[in-house]
Amino acid sequence: MINVLFFAQVRELLGESAIQVEATAEINSAETLRAVLASKDEKWGKVLASDKLLVAVNQTISGWDTQVQDGDEVAFFPPVTGG
Amino acid sequence: MSANVSKVLVQTQDFSVPEEYALIADDNSDGAVVTFVGKVRDFNDGSAVTDLTLEHYPGMTESVLNQIATEARERWPLNKVTIIHRVGTMSLGEQIVFIGVTSAHRKAAFAACEFLIDFLKTKAPFWKLEAGETGKSWVEAKDADEQAAKMWDRS
Repeated sequence: MINVLFFAQVRELLGESAIQVEATAEINSAETLRAVLASKDEKWGKVLASDKLLVAVNQTISGWDTQVQDGDEVAFFPPVTGG
Repeated sequence: MSANVSKVLVQTQDFSVPEEYALIADDNSDGAVVTFVGKVRDFNDGSAVTDLTLEHYPGMTESVLNQIATEARERWPLNKVTIIHRVGTMSLGEQIVFIGVTSAHRKAAFAACEFLIDFLKTKAPFWKLEAGETGKSWVEAKDADEQAAKMWDRS
């Protein structure tokens, strides 16, 4: 399983903070995981299509081509605004 | 010189600037102590703010803050580094973040403190939800913050 987390607006708009996604052959990168999640329905498609969306693979902000595999933690969130 | 250990805390409770200052300012090899405190401001982008809620990514936040502290140490000769960032709901005027840096000389301490807050603002997974007269809204990331962090890029 891939542990998928959502934060801030992304979490709020999707109404989910964490879900488990089965690691299928179709999912081999952050981008393909995003595509699989975005295909759930119109809402997920819209939220995950944002060009400002960031992804962290195993708690490190990563490029969309970063490899994703079974057991990974992948988080989707908007640009950060702390400080 | 004492061990260069950075102190990184993510907490809901407020912090005491005098206490944090005393903890980093006790080494006589340091000639400079620079601290920064970020607070909840009463307006943002023209609208009144009544309170602020900070969300974060537990685990990743602490790890990013430690990486930023390590990077500051690679760039400047620092002794003490403290980063405290609050999460949860804060009212107008409350403290959000503390950065404290000590060094033998002021230039390193000033530069490192500014670098730390610039990097924290663009790299650490915190998000601000503002509450105001017109309801709640997520704070938009600012290009100016991104530019400030880019200023530190090593070319």
